[in-house]
Amino acid sequence: MKRHLLEAADLDRADATLVLDTAAQIEQALAGREVKKLPTLRGRTVVNLFYEDSTRTRISFELAAKRLSADVINFSAKGSSVSKGESLKDTALTLEAMGSDAVVVRHGSSGAPHRLANWVRGSVVNAGDGTHEHPTQALLDAYTIRQRLGRLDGVRVTIVGDVLHSRVARSNVGLLHTLGAEVTLVAPPTLLPVGVGSWPAAVTYDLDAVLPKSDVVMMLRVQAERMNASFFPSAREYSRRYGLDGRRMGALPDDAIVMHPGPMNRGMEIAADVADSVRSTIVEQVANGVSVRMAVLYLLLGGAPQ
Amino acid sequence: MARAPEPARSPSPGTLLSSADVARVVDRMAHQLIERAAASDPGSADGGLPDLVLVGIPTRGAPLARRLAARIEAFTGTPVDVGTADITLYRDDLRLRGVRALEPTVLPDAGIDGRLVVLVDDVLFSGRSVRAALDALRDLGRPRAVQLAVLVDRGHRELPIKADFVGKNVPTSRSQQVKVHLTEVDGADEVLVTDGGTGRGTQ
Amino acid sequence: MATSYLIKGARPLGGDPADILVKDGRIAAIGESLSATGAAVVEAGGLVALPGLVDLHTHLREPGREDAETVETGSRAAALGGFTAVHAMANTDPVADTAGVVEQVWRLGQEAGLVDVVPVGAVTVGLTGERLAELGAMADSAARVRVFSDDGSCVSDPALMRRALEYVKAFDGVVAQHAEEPRLTAGAQMHEGDRSARLGLTGWPAAAEEAIIARDVLLAEHVGARLHVCHVSTAGSVEILRWAKSRGVQVTAEVTPHHLLLTDACAESYDPVFKVNPPLRTDADVEALRAGLADGTIDAVGTDHAPHAVEDKESEWAQARPGMLGLEQALSVVIETMVEPGRLDWAGVADRMSVRPAAIGRLTGLGDRAHGRPLAPGEPANLVLVDPASRAVVDPAALASRSRNSPYAGRELPGRVVATFLRGVPTVLDGKAVR
Repeated sequence: MKRHLLEAADLDRADATLVLDTAAQIEQALAGREVKKLPTLRGRTVVNLFYEDSTRTRISFELAAKRLSADVINFSAKGSSVSKGESLKDTALTLEAMGSDAVVVRHGSSGAPHRLANWVRGSVVNAGDGTHEHPTQALLDAYTIRQRLGRLDGVRVTIVGDVLHSRVARSNVGLLHTLGAEVTLVAPPTLLPVGVGSWPAAVTYDLDAVLPKSDVVMMLRVQAERMNASFFPSAREYSRRYGLDGRRMGALPDDAIVMHPGPMNRGMEIAADVADSVRSTIVEQVANGVSVRMAVLYLLLGGAPQ
Repeated sequence: MARAPEPARSPSPGTLLSSADVARVVDRMAHQLIERAAASDPGSADGGLPDLVLVGIPTRGAPLARRLAARIEAFTGTPVDVGTADITLYRDDLRLRGVRALEPTVLPDAGIDGRLVVLVDDVLFSGRSVRAALDALRDLGRPRAVQLAVLVDRGHRELPIKADFVGKNVPTSRSQQVKVHLTEVDGADEVLVTDGGTGRGTQ
Repeated sequence: MATSYLIKGARPLGGDPADILVKDGRIAAIGESLSATGAAVVEAGGLVALPGLVDLHTHLREPGREDAETVETGSRAAALGGFTAVHAMANTDPVADTAGVVEQVWRLGQEAGLVDVVPVGAVTVGLTGERLAELGAMADSAARVRVFSDDGSCVSDPALMRRALEYVKAFDGVVAQHAEEPRLTAGAQMHEGDRSARLGLTGWPAAAEEAIIARDVLLAEHVGARLHVCHVSTAGSVEILRWAKSRGVQVTAEVTPHHLLLTDACAESYDPVFKVNPPLRTDADVEALRAGLADGTIDAVGTDHAPHAVEDKESEWAQARPGMLGLEQALSVVIETMVEPGRLDWAGVADRMSVRPAAIGRLTGLGDRAHGRPLAPGEPANLVLVDPASRAVVDPAALASRSRNSPYAGRELPGRVVATFLRGVPTVLDGKAVR
């Protein structure tokens, strides 16, 4: 493993598989136990540095670190020195002086974790940067797929929605390809980046055509403000062409699953009955997130210090 | 911390136990386990065996525990519960050794509470693995008693830990390595002694 | 200080070695085995002599951001890069949109005395693109402004651009356009393509530059005015310029050193030292720019020297300000990308870095104060001696600029400026600024 987890490309197939296997062992080791805590990272300090509000991701990382007995410091940009204009570099040097072993960073600017990695000695884990990547989300998605379908190699994954602005999509395309899945992106052309043709994924504008050939459908959140920037004419038209409703779910193969990284816009990209169906893995994804993040922290921090 | 003096004679490098030796040693340990179980529960009709759980420490402790259970069943006709407990996440020397892939932790359905747990490992050296295993057991349940069975005790303890069942005592020099190979993991049964290396065991 | 210099054995425009006698601010003689009593001798064996370089595009940051650069520190950087004249862009604080500000910048340049600082006037008041600044007043001022630009912003209103092009004809001015359609580049961070898609940085499409250039050459043709295009960065722009020139449109263009050398691959580090506007483009664009400079479609190298304080660059990519240093490495980059591959000879370098930019800025006809003149007896002694064989690794800490945002840090480049003369007075000797 590399020292940092900044993007899906930091993981080759062996590393990615190691993370998933480790997460599975941790999940199994803790299953049914009263004491859901391991002493592994006792005495290590993990800083959650969140420049964007994301309670679910922060809590998931916090729980993962605490279950490994690390000391956790939550450093949210709001109400801190950051909101008073402190630069990312100065914040990094402060964390460094406090002796943090890992920084889990969520930031609105693409590449901010890469910058941070230049300024701290510990490990940096990207918990979502701008419209770039969110690698632990992709890991937990891959984990969930493998858990449900028993494999990743050759699994046909269709990712639907605002690919242009989605860090989840970028990380999933990279990681799932690394792990042998076949990824298809579906979106209106306005929500696909120029250059998407260079990605290891197929691209189509026709959701109905790919659903019967999908083992996994991953719905991305579509933010309403995109409508005002003319990415699509109206929420209704978007939902009609790219939303997953009960009728479309019926076109999926029998074992296919429906995923969503959350938070969902019910009625927009995903209908309520789909989100709550037995095909939906949305709740498992949240639970799996903790195991996968424990595995990442263990693998990055457990070893010999640099 | 005081260390045990170096033994006067270390074994010369080579094969310490052959495949047949390993089988014989395992059989003897199985007999000892049967006797001890009976002694711990005197007068019981089943010789105390249903109370016993063999918990192997991966990697090679796990198949060793399964073998011991199989031999006990062969000798007595009574099946014995077996489990494995991966101790990696409990080690206190991860910073020195680096991370490694985890192996399964599987306990029998009946659990370990109130039972006699015998930890099974291939080599007893510093004792740190056993300490980690004891920590892991504490999180997994509350056994009535915990004992330790090892195929090879090579000395050089760094903690006050002693095995209850030992297949073979080998007074090695600290710089030597003891390598236990088992068919399930390595394709053959044998115990080797080599010179040099890290001074650490096989774990 | 000596008033005459005998430069021994330099190769004018890379030709046969000759001695150059500089006296009283002018080139007194060029020939073999010259001698002159009382003249300081400059040994120049193996060095190439070029006319003093002229930059059409420099940001000196004064007034307003003296922490990033001043007229004096920028002038020193320019002299060390072999320049004798630089055009100082108007996006200062306050904006150079009045005669008062341009005269202030001009005077600061004269006081520094290392290069001629030629102020550029803003096209519109406050660079807001809404109404014309007092262009005539700036032209008539002591600063004698001939180049007008809202650089940093595009004059995107087509009607306003047309009026500006027409208006400056009265005093032989030129509008230097920063070609960027703002509606196509909202929030843009880097070249839009495969890499921006992967890096998750908002794309700056080539079409946003090309659309403005296409529009402006049509406007320039229509009203018969001169147009200059700043920092051309795409292959498509080169094609449009080639087409316009073939039609006889009075259009000129510049390319920056960094667009000749670097590509959007630099953005993969997310190090904002590589963030610039227009952004670094693709290998194919770099190739087209080199070809355009070689065949003259692109007239000049303009540095777009853009100093930024540390805090404006040591940040997240999106928060950083665009721009990079260029004055001190411009000639080296041109040697690396154009001379060494054989795409431009030394006469070509003199043409693209001195003669043509001086002509665009209307500096060639200023008598004693002219720039971009031939290396010939009687001409003002503005010249630079460069050692083309010397190679060195760029160390930002060693730069004369007050800022450190060099994209060439750690990169080995050829060409060392050994001496620069401004009107017969050395501003650089032995590779060091005289003050």
